[in-house]
Amino acid sequence: MAPGARPVLSIRGLRKSFGSVEVLKGIDLDVRARELVFVIGPSGSGKSTLLRCCNRLEEPTDGSILFDGIDVLSPRTDINAVRRRIGMVFQSFNLYPHMTAAGNVMLALRRVLKKGRAEADAIARAALARVGLADKAGSYPGELSGGQQQRVAIARALALEPVAVLFDEPTSALDPELVGSVLQVMRELREAGMTMVVVSHEMGFARAAADRVLFMDQGEIVEEGPPAQIFGAPRHARTRAFIEQIVRH
Amino acid sequence: MLQTFFDLDIMRAALPYLLQGLWTTLLLVALVVPLGLAGGLIVALLSTSRRRSVRWPLVVYVDFFRAFPPLVLLIFIYAGLPFAGLELGAFASVAIGFFLNTSSYYGEILRAGIESVARGQMEAARSTGLTKAQAMAWVVLPQAVRNVLPDLVGNTLEVAKLTSLASVVALPELLFAARSAQSLTFNPSPIVLAALIYFVLLWPFVRLLSRLEHRTLAGR
Ligand SMILES: Nc1ncnc2c1ncn2[C@@H]1O[C@H](COP(=O)(O)OP(=O)(O)OP(=O)(O)O)[C@@H](O)[C@H]1O
Ligand SMILES: [Mg+2]
Repeated sequence: MAPGARPVLSIRGLRKSFGSVEVLKGIDLDVRARELVFVIGPSGSGKSTLLRCCNRLEEPTDGSILFDGIDVLSPRTDINAVRRRIGMVFQSFNLYPHMTAAGNVMLALRRVLKKGRAEADAIARAALARVGLADKAGSYPGELSGGQQQRVAIARALALEPVAVLFDEPTSALDPELVGSVLQVMRELREAGMTMVVVSHEMGFARAAADRVLFMDQGEIVEEGPPAQIFGAPRHARTRAFIEQIVRH
Repeated sequence: MLQTFFDLDIMRAALPYLLQGLWTTLLLVALVVPLGLAGGLIVALLSTSRRRSVRWPLVVYVDFFRAFPPLVLLIFIYAGLPFAGLELGAFASVAIGFFLNTSSYYGEILRAGIESVARGQMEAARSTGLTKAQAMAWVVLPQAVRNVLPDLVGNTLEVAKLTSLASVVALPELLFAARSAQSLTFNPSPIVLAALIYFVLLWPFVRLLSRLEHRTLAGR
């Protein structure tokens, strides 16, 4: 499916410092509608921080972020209105352990979108069905496998009908045999035309599904290109060293 | 000997008077516990503020009143403040003294509870568009309270026992009633009766606490 021309997410000169340490050193990135952008890079290179700046879980130090035409960093922007349109999926799932799967999905539907109980319940069930968990609506996170929990987390994000979804290492905390179920859901999402930014080291998935791969190192985008180029013929020495390292593992 | 401590006739005669005292004790508990919890919740929520100027006065408040012996605090408010022209009377002194003490304990417990909830919970909730207050109310606080439930119940038990201190400022709660009956009858049986009433009243909570603590340990 060809990505549209309109950028959904447009980042310019994004900088972020923690104290005196600069973690993002001027990131420029456009993500077009229906595009799947893959982000790889060594630990500490700033991948999570980049995603977290997009919905202001971290407050950027400098730069600009346009999301769906909205100036995310403007003090006049209602950040909660932006956040509900950017889905986010975390490495550690972050499901609410005191609520059922359906309860997890319903919370924002009820409290942010102010939907009635019956409507929220119907949407939640549809979202859970979409990730293959129709029969787990009444289960608590503690009763679900890691793969199932992550799919509930994806359903929680999808239920709000986001314009784009950010994934921060969605499969890194999973046992190898559970990774496939989550990647399958992401593949289906991609086929449905969802705009996605995915931080992950699942190279097989990237080769099959990514439009573009970014390699980040030390707070910069060192190199970007189609998966075949980044994985097969990286131009930068740093990229090459990193790819060799993850292939070996 | 047994006759002296368990004089049934005296107990029977003192019972209505003690029940009246019990009523005052229950009233005190019913006033101090919700107010203390509410005050403690405010302290705990403000303690999560990013601003240091908000946080440090609360640290001072909590530390100060947790270190202040409640009996000394009570007597200070009741007998000390009148010298500054502030005469509060027994009931108000007790209510204020217990509120200061109780809210700082509940505040510290709830603050620890909030801190025990993984940061990712707040972030996940905020990432779906919930406000900070909504995320607190629906996601963080329910887990925080569950995590520190044994401490909350334990502190409530302490508060119930604390109310007996009100007897020193002549508030006619259970212990004061028993002391009066004892001095009128020249017999310790009313005190024994009061002890029995405290026990009957508090024992279920002690059991509950035991079970909660057991569950918490087993859950680890
Ligand atoms: N809240 C914070 N306070 C201080 N430093 C932070 C904070 N969050 C991240 N950092 C630092 O910023 C740098 C980038 O972190 P980030 O989590 O974005 O890296 P990453 O590429 O996602 O790494 P990983 O692959 O390990 O997840 C790291 O050096 C990290 O220690
Ligand atoms: Mg990361």
